[in-house]
Amino acid sequence: MIESIKNFSSDFFVTGDPLIYGADVSIVLVMVAIIFVLTYFKKWKWLWSEWLTTVDHKKIGIMYLIASLLMLFRGGVDAILMRTQLAFPNMDFLPSDKYNEIFTTHGTIMILFMAMPLMFALFNMVVPLQIGARDVAYPFLNAVSFWTFFFGAMLFNLSFVIGGSPDAGWLSYAPLSETQFSEGPGQNYYIWGIQISGIGSLASGINFLVTILKMRAPGMKLMKMPMFSWSVLSSCIIIIFAFPILTVTLGLLFIDRYFGANFFTLAGGGNPMYYVNLIWMWGHPEVYLVVLPAFGVFSEVVATFSKKKIFGYKSMVFALLSISLLSFFTWVHHFFTMADYKVDAFFAITTMAIAIPTGVKVFNWMFTMFRGRIQMKPPMLWTIAFIPTFLVGGATGVMLAVAPADFQYHNSYFLIAHFHQVLIGGVVFGFFSGIYYWWPKIFGFSLNEKLGLWAFWLWNIGFYVTFMPQYALGFMGMPRRVSTYGWDMGWAPLNFISTIGAFLMGAGFIFQVWQIVYSIKHRNKEGAADPWDGRTLEWSIPSPPPEYNFAIIPKVSEQDDWWYKKQKGLTKVKEDYKPIHMPKNSGIPFIMGGFWFITGFGLTFEWTWMGIIGLIGVATSIVVRHLDNDTDYYIPVDEIERTEARIGGTR
Amino acid sequence: MPSRKTVKRFLMLILSTFAVFLLSACSSEQFIVLNPKGPVGEVQANLIFVSFLVLMIVIIPVLLLFFFIVYRYRDKPGNKSPYKPEWDDNVKLEVVWWGIPIILIAILSILTVRDTLVLQGPPSEDVEPITIQVTSLDWKWLFQYPEEDIATVNYLKIPVDTPVQFELTSDAPINSFWIPQLGGQRYSLPGKSSTLWLEAEEAGTYYGTANNFSGDGFTEMNFDVSTVPDADFDKWVEEVKATNQPFTMEDYQELVKPSIVGVSAYSSIPPNLFEFIVDKNGGKYYKSNNHTEQFDNSRQLELGN
Amino acid sequence: MSQSTAGKIDHHNEEEHHDTSSIKIFGFWIFLISDLILFSVLFATYVVLRTRYSGGPTGAELFEVPIFVAETFILLTSSFTSGLATLGLQQGKVKTVINWLIVTVVLGIAFVGLEVTEFITLVEEGATISTSAFLSAFYVLVGTHGLHVSAGIIWMISTIFQLSRYGITEETNRKTQVVSLYWHFLDVVWIFIFTVVYLLGVM
Repeated sequence: MIESIKNFSSDFFVTGDPLIYGADVSIVLVMVAIIFVLTYFKKWKWLWSEWLTTVDHKKIGIMYLIASLLMLFRGGVDAILMRTQLAFPNMDFLPSDKYNEIFTTHGTIMILFMAMPLMFALFNMVVPLQIGARDVAYPFLNAVSFWTFFFGAMLFNLSFVIGGSPDAGWLSYAPLSETQFSEGPGQNYYIWGIQISGIGSLASGINFLVTILKMRAPGMKLMKMPMFSWSVLSSCIIIIFAFPILTVTLGLLFIDRYFGANFFTLAGGGNPMYYVNLIWMWGHPEVYLVVLPAFGVFSEVVATFSKKKIFGYKSMVFALLSISLLSFFTWVHHFFTMADYKVDAFFAITTMAIAIPTGVKVFNWMFTMFRGRIQMKPPMLWTIAFIPTFLVGGATGVMLAVAPADFQYHNSYFLIAHFHQVLIGGVVFGFFSGIYYWWPKIFGFSLNEKLGLWAFWLWNIGFYVTFMPQYALGFMGMPRRVSTYGWDMGWAPLNFISTIGAFLMGAGFIFQVWQIVYSIKHRNKEGAADPWDGRTLEWSIPSPPPEYNFAIIPKVSEQDDWWYKKQKGLTKVKEDYKPIHMPKNSGIPFIMGGFWFITGFGLTFEWTWMGIIGLIGVATSIVVRHLDNDTDYYIPVDEIERTEARIGGTR
Repeated sequence: MPSRKTVKRFLMLILSTFAVFLLSACSSEQFIVLNPKGPVGEVQANLIFVSFLVLMIVIIPVLLLFFFIVYRYRDKPGNKSPYKPEWDDNVKLEVVWWGIPIILIAILSILTVRDTLVLQGPPSEDVEPITIQVTSLDWKWLFQYPEEDIATVNYLKIPVDTPVQFELTSDAPINSFWIPQLGGQRYSLPGKSSTLWLEAEEAGTYYGTANNFSGDGFTEMNFDVSTVPDADFDKWVEEVKATNQPFTMEDYQELVKPSIVGVSAYSSIPPNLFEFIVDKNGGKYYKSNNHTEQFDNSRQLELGN
Repeated sequence: MSQSTAGKIDHHNEEEHHDTSSIKIFGFWIFLISDLILFSVLFATYVVLRTRYSGGPTGAELFEVPIFVAETFILLTSSFTSGLATLGLQQGKVKTVINWLIVTVVLGIAFVGLEVTEFITLVEEGATISTSAFLSAFYVLVGTHGLHVSAGIIWMISTIFQLSRYGITEETNRKTQVVSLYWHFLDVVWIFIFTVVYLLGVM
């Protein structure tokens, strides 16, 4: 009996590695600390009623932000571990099996559990405020989105200490990810972690599309909408068309693994190459959908800090929409080396064609600054760092798109350098810029600029030191995903430099955390309502905004409406309040997320009974909600008056 | 607090280390992709060079313009450059910057299509090519020489100035077969045979590697490719035939099992082993596997399973 | 935060008035687009794998014309009856709505029952999901549709329950419209399954 328990637990828990024991201990300590703090300060009720059950888009945005920063930390630690292993030839810091797990989790976490939620954080924090709405179209569904993302991410991260991490790469190509080559729960964790959070992503895509199309303030025609909202709209279109493909792909993979079906297997007529096609039919649009909102941030920031209208609004909109469309016709460029030559030629051209609207956007940003007055505030710094980084990253992207030459770049460090350059230079810099820009709006105080400057320079220098050598390593023939290398190929010096850069970026992240902690302690609330002399509606209300955002819904007449209202001195509105219709908080999204977690965990270990219990719980949650007709309430006028007087709203 | 001098010395040390590293890294022979030893690699290196140049012609002026704009229009008291906050559209300018990338992409598209077509066929038309059948396994490479009736594991020998038609497949996860100095890679796919043409112009030993992640032993899947004059190649074939055991179906079943092995050679190969490997992973479902029909006719062979 | 409900406030007095029902129905259409893509991918999968029998049985050997014709007939009828239910909704007759919805649910259950028996027969004949890629694709495509229908049945029952309790209100009106939209959608998907899988399979 004891023997069998011992066997079970040594299979169940990942054992035998000091790293893992360290993680175990720190997880337990952090949990104990959290429980202690919550209990000691009697915060359990506050946590439940203010956060876990909230349907307020601003609070959901904050929770997305916290979760994505945690995931950035986890993914960053993965990156540092990998770079440490590669710092010198023949290193034995991580054996190949651990190394494989770590590059897999690094990629998956950074794209799906860091970039995506950071993007949704910005969607939630900004879109309703920017279009003059009191909430998103489906506040309840919005909470469901967050909690499915959160529990999906937790499930994925649990793999590190229980059962073992996935190790077949961030896209888990079949047949490597099939039972034949990857037994055990690792791959199932991958499938269910992504699948569960994918439900949330799809729901958010629908939610924000409807919000933008249907809930804009009166007078805000589509062609007067701020650029960030346009970029969110384009991104949502991609989500709606791309995420069902991912759901099916991972679903089929799981059916292969669980029911012994033969979709992507070697035997039984399975077709592994079909998996590669499917996953990239989602995967390519995926990277565009995370970069588009970053483009939107840059458009807002460039206009605000150049004190000038965005240049070429119409062609910016057209560029965004054409990128969404083109993103669905380029997936084969991820495997020119697999496809037929004629197919290669076709997809090479469609891929390069994406450079056209992207290039146009860069020119438009530059000419927004041209004849403007550029203020070097933190959000603008990140934007200015972005442009050259992205130009070079985009250029190497076009080089990769030249199919015959790609046979030499494919899966080498040249590719690694390229996509990190566009993802860090584009997505991460963009989202940082957005966070710095909208932070005062959401939290009501500004971030310390000096610490931010340190973070900025460390990130930027670190970025170039890490990734420029990797282009060269690609030309030296270094394949991606090798866990070590010898002295003979001359890869050592550049790898060492690259590792230094990774640590610099890590230091940059530490400065950002310090910056946030410092700014919370030394709150500077001065001018937080409109600190940058903003142009769009979100700057017309107090910071942080009240739960109903706008006491009186603004009437919009111009693009950059708030800017013109300030110019013309029309900022005062008549204080003619009406009761405000608001959604009620609900615990169902959190509970449903918990049931999804149980489902995912059960199916990961192929404990069918547990999976069924979880699914019944999910179904029950949905039915309970469907039967509930008491989902909203009204805020009476006198309460609005009190709130507005307290926060100094409606100026 | 360390003194200024110490800090300075430390910085100097770091800088000089960097300089040494950079110098050692820049000995151009190490950039094997850019120093090809065969016609296929040359086509690709030229294409890399040309596409880089074309892009730089656009990127460098744009970067300069960007830095100029950021400097000129910075918000500083006394900045006399024009400020036009409402200037947000100009059709002529828009036409220019929709035009620039369109022209750029048009040029690159033409180059891409041209070279894609070039790489489809044998690099030299007038020399009789040889065929090598490559199978990626967990975690080793099996090379069969059907015309010479020999096989090697984890190393390749090919004659100089002779086009080599590599037929690739996999009896394991998808992999990629890459010899950077000779030319670009191609995937080895289970159930499908794909073709890659390469040719060496210089005798020497080149680095070959697996380039698509295939599990725990992936890092160990690199191999040497030695290229030798025709006469030496024939001699080597004789030598392999004389000094090694034949490769049997049992040997193959053993080799398929996940493991990391050294190099070896065999004096003969079972007939149609390559076709058997392709077929057992679903080869009959692809029209492009031109050998399948022929293989079906010779099914009576005892290949064991 | 006050949770006070200010009684019955005339919706048309709100300045930001957005018609909630129309927004929700619009969102449901968007959801249907994404669900349609889900089915498209499954159809593509079926088409890619449809000839990969791997030595196992083919569609022509497996599919029984009377069964799938009956399934088609039942589902088409149920789509019609759910249409009659929405017609009753417009006339404001709760009873009619409920009765037609019940008929729809019964037909839905009959459809799912037939499909389950079909699957059981196939498995007993040795044609399981792991026999061949073709069968994997068949079971998953048809099965996903079946699961959608089953979810629709539960949803419709819950709607019937609410209709009988609250009558026709803005809320139940919308819920009925949405569920019947969903039902029509499943019917359209089935027509494609009928053509691509069954008709082309036996031909």
